[in-house]
Amino acid sequence: MSHGNDVKSLVWGVVLLLLAACVPLVANGYWMSIALTIAMFTVLATSWALFSGPTHYISLATAAFFGVGGYLVGTGMSDYNVDFWTMVAIAPFVGAALAFLIGIATLRLSGVYFVIFTLGLAEMIRTLVSWIQNNFTGSRGLYVLTDLTEADIYLYLVGLAAAVYLVGWWVNRSRLGFALRIIGNDETVARHVGINTATSKVILFTFSGFVAALVGALIAPRYTYIEPNGVFSPEISFIVVIMALLGGTGRLWGPIVGVIPFALLQEFININYSNYSTLVLGIAFLVIVYFLPQGVVGRIEQALARRRRSTW
Amino acid sequence: MDIIITGLLLGGTYALIAFGLNLQYGVARIMNLANGEFLVLGALAAFWIFVADTISPILTMLVVAPLAFFGNWIIYQILLRPLVRRASNQGQLEVDSILATFGMSFALVGVMVSIHGEYFTYSYLAEPFEIVGETFALNRIVAFCFAVLLGSVLWLWLYFTRPGMAMRAVSVSTEASGLVGINVPKMSALAFALGGAVTTMGGTLISTFITLDASVGVIFTMKALIIIIMGGVGDIRGAIVAAVILGLVETAVARLIDPGLTLAAAYAMFVLVLLFRPQGLFGRKPT
Repeated sequence: MSHGNDVKSLVWGVVLLLLAACVPLVANGYWMSIALTIAMFTVLATSWALFSGPTHYISLATAAFFGVGGYLVGTGMSDYNVDFWTMVAIAPFVGAALAFLIGIATLRLSGVYFVIFTLGLAEMIRTLVSWIQNNFTGSRGLYVLTDLTEADIYLYLVGLAAAVYLVGWWVNRSRLGFALRIIGNDETVARHVGINTATSKVILFTFSGFVAALVGALIAPRYTYIEPNGVFSPEISFIVVIMALLGGTGRLWGPIVGVIPFALLQEFININYSNYSTLVLGIAFLVIVYFLPQGVVGRIEQALARRRRSTW
Repeated sequence: MDIIITGLLLGGTYALIAFGLNLQYGVARIMNLANGEFLVLGALAAFWIFVADTISPILTMLVVAPLAFFGNWIIYQILLRPLVRRASNQGQLEVDSILATFGMSFALVGVMVSIHGEYFTYSYLAEPFEIVGETFALNRIVAFCFAVLLGSVLWLWLYFTRPGMAMRAVSVSTEASGLVGINVPKMSALAFALGGAVTTMGGTLISTFITLDASVGVIFTMKALIIIIMGGVGDIRGAIVAAVILGLVETAVARLIDPGLTLAAAYAMFVLVLLFRPQGLFGRKPT
């Protein structure tokens, strides 16, 4: 990638971010809420793809980190009377620490162990949290009462998205990003050319845990009432994976191409076929895995490359 | 004593479920994250038929097994064969099969929620039964006996028949077994279908003493995977030992601390295995 290309994409990114930041000026309540969902999943899917895209290690644990963030804000404010922003500052570090520990336990081994570990993680933390609630803290209802509006939260998330894009842009240019791409292509080769594969993977996974917990914490005021069953819902991990794959994980901006149409589709399903939403989501997922293995962006790039070759 | 016997009984059923997944992953090389959903399907069938007509789950199992066999066979042929063909190496197949079966698991949960969204509560053989001076629920003992019976039949088939030997050969090396004239695609499909049928039967058995619901499948997938990793992939003896250990630990945690912590206990064991014996209980260190 040439230097000029990099600057151009940076300029484009800034313009799009400014446009995104203007959404609250024009959107009404209903569309604001959809925009907030889109912002939330954009951050989650992009940070997911930062790790899982180049390495092909599929993390199914987004809900676990997201839930940890949301739950910490809830329990901190309701059980210990801590201020919202203090909890928001603590939550991402807890998420990062959790991801780091999981990373060092599983990422030294083959990818299957990692996937298996992340599969049930959200469910395990949910049962653990329920147990703690039942036996120690005692409170059942966790209220997150702030005077933040949906538009405020939306702007924070857009800011966070900007930060994630910046980190992703930097990682892609750095030695770390290069190392991750080699790991994704062939881990044995990566090890033989002297890349510390475990460390590279753990760093990126820790970052995605940090971001997911931060998103969970920031968006907690939207739900007002935090319930472990809600914030640790496995559907969150599932939707993040499906959105990122739909867009394509080969490019930094790939996931958002999947997030926007899928968020709208999901809204449509929830309104019209609420009884079958899980089934429809599962089928949509299968369609993407089978027919769009490189995502929409990958497909478009393939088509462009083919055309370029034929006109040449 | 009570904990040990209950744990052993639970471990027997777990071993059967892990047997099913072991066939799917060890032979057909499909990391099936929808395995738990097939288990729940078996439970749902038992519940459904029992509530409608009070037909014994054991009879249901005999009907469910061939259905699950054909269902899984069709899934393998239509949905998973293309992935096997498309994959350039084992890693690619693993990623693809994980994603595909993960999608399937959600689709199946969706189907089951629309059939019956609540707990599958029914009562079958919930009578006391006495062993060495302590009483146990009869349904647990019946389930254990059938799990042992099914497991033994499968083991005999694997170790003392020609198709069983072919299947074990595929689990050792897909390439080499193809070279000696084994029809690998056919064997893989058979192993996947058989594994699915075994898991579904395990689900029917387990539903007699544990109340399940449509979304609980992922927990059983986790448990089966933990057992397989602890025992070593493809190692039946290891899987049985691991299943019994898991059954004992879960029962001990449920009795002594809190029933809500069984999954956390399973995870704790998983972490210990990953840290100290990632090659499995009886596995040798790769050189």
